[in-house]
Amino acid sequence: MSDLRELYQEVILDHNRKPRNCRPMENPTGKAEGHNPLCGDNVTIYLDVQDGVIRDVSFEGSGCAISKSSASLMTSVLKGKTVEEAEALFQRFHELVTSDPTREPDVEGLGKLAVFAGVREYPVRVKCASLAWHTLHAALLQSAATVTTE
Amino acid sequence: MSEAFDVWRVRKDFPILEQRVHGHPLVYLDNAATTQKPRAVLEAIRRYYEEDNANIHRGVHTLSQRATAAHDAARERVRRFLNAARPEEIVFTRNATESINLVAQSYGRAFVGEGDEIVISAMEHHANIVPWQMLCQERGAKLVVVPMDDSGTLLMDEFERLLGPRTKLVAISHLSNALGTINPVAEIVAMAHRVGARVLVDGAQAAYHMPVDVQALDCDFYVFSGHKLYGPTGIGVLYGKASLLEEMPPFMGGGDMILSVTFEETIYNGLPFKFEAGTPDISGAIGLGAAIDYLTGLGMERVGAWERELLKYGTEALQSAPGVRLVGTARNKASILSFVLEGVHPHDVGTILDQEGIAVRTGHHCAQPVMARFGLAATVRASLACYNTREEIDALVSGLKHAREMFG
Repeated sequence: MSDLRELYQEVILDHNRKPRNCRPMENPTGKAEGHNPLCGDNVTIYLDVQDGVIRDVSFEGSGCAISKSSASLMTSVLKGKTVEEAEALFQRFHELVTSDPTREPDVEGLGKLAVFAGVREYPVRVKCASLAWHTLHAALLQSAATVTTE
Repeated sequence: MSEAFDVWRVRKDFPILEQRVHGHPLVYLDNAATTQKPRAVLEAIRRYYEEDNANIHRGVHTLSQRATAAHDAARERVRRFLNAARPEEIVFTRNATESINLVAQSYGRAFVGEGDEIVISAMEHHANIVPWQMLCQERGAKLVVVPMDDSGTLLMDEFERLLGPRTKLVAISHLSNALGTINPVAEIVAMAHRVGARVLVDGAQAAYHMPVDVQALDCDFYVFSGHKLYGPTGIGVLYGKASLLEEMPPFMGGGDMILSVTFEETIYNGLPFKFEAGTPDISGAIGLGAAIDYLTGLGMERVGAWERELLKYGTEALQSAPGVRLVGTARNKASILSFVLEGVHPHDVGTILDQEGIAVRTGHHCAQPVMARFGLAATVRASLACYNTREEIDALVSGLKHAREMFG
């Protein structure tokens, strides 16, 4: 059970029980759907990006505690960040959850997202943790495309 | 009857079950995905490679003759296991999926035309949906789906209503992999035959839990995979009535499936070789033969009785476990305990159980339409085999309690 507490940290369980920003958005500048066909998880990310800054971000979907809390925590740290900062955070997050579990995790700059370091021990759950982020990436690209076509 | 079945002695035949996982004794409850292999199967494969390995049906040398004889003997074991009339009605494939695709491609292309209908059920595995969808798209035929009720029981009135003069083929699982429902296959075959339709029975889940008699069922095709029947992966079986197999064109071209080849013309080999192009999985067939010997040695009736007792025990244990809801509660079912745990997603349940050494399947079980029918994205599935025990069910229930505590 002690090992499992590394994975299911209190913050993760809390966001699983009470996901933040779990709502649809009207007129988003970007929207993308992500699926994990292996387990049936799905998530939709909504973005409101103005002048390169994320004004609002929300999600809907169904999934396990790891995927739901990851989406919830992601949306709660992204508001006010620039698109570049969001992409950099995605990069850092991805590095964290796929890094060597025998080494000390590098959590610098990740803030609350550091709670996902425990996922490294569970390779089959990495996709659960990163689904929201991959979907965010797609929504950001769409947002950028929307802006340029206007 | 079950007193005579010594599960602890049976467990000793399976070397893999002796290990510990994350510090706990392995509790293997993912048998519907694949079963573990008894020593007799591992030995048969080893012996074949150490003593008899050669290609079959070619060469007059001793090893080739031994390998051919062993391969033929395996086919005869499968024939007896299914009570098929003749050994040439047994075609070796890679797995049940390939067997279904063989029928869809060969029988389907030859006999299914525009406007014809293929009838399947709402509880099919993707392997018994997608090949028919592909065929229907290609031939302009229509896929018709028989619904089920909330317990996961097929609606036989609906089935009868959906049968008609355009029905060419009915493809139905004998035992649903996601729900455990046993379908009334003999009745389904009789009804389908009345409208002139052929019936393929997907026995991937059934064949290792209950005796199968293809002549009594009167089904036209029966398919299963070796690896779910305590045999190796890579070997599967298609049973087909000889009269039908004779009429069907080859599925794949190559060596072994021919009598003579010139650049102008090829004369195909007879049954079953017409459908077995190329060097087959010889060791796989021999391993499957050994698995059949092992299983019939235990006694299919006794294995079935033990598993029914375990299923009853598991059903009652899970029904009284807090927060558990069983999915698939048909009156006639076997070996599958599919369920959801309130407040904990199936994947989290799977990870938590794994930490206690318990292997279950979580997800959609390659049956997404079944999940959609019950409004679920996923379930947890514990599936039983001859070597499982009541103590292992207790471990599962206790693991579920821990999952609830963690998420409470």
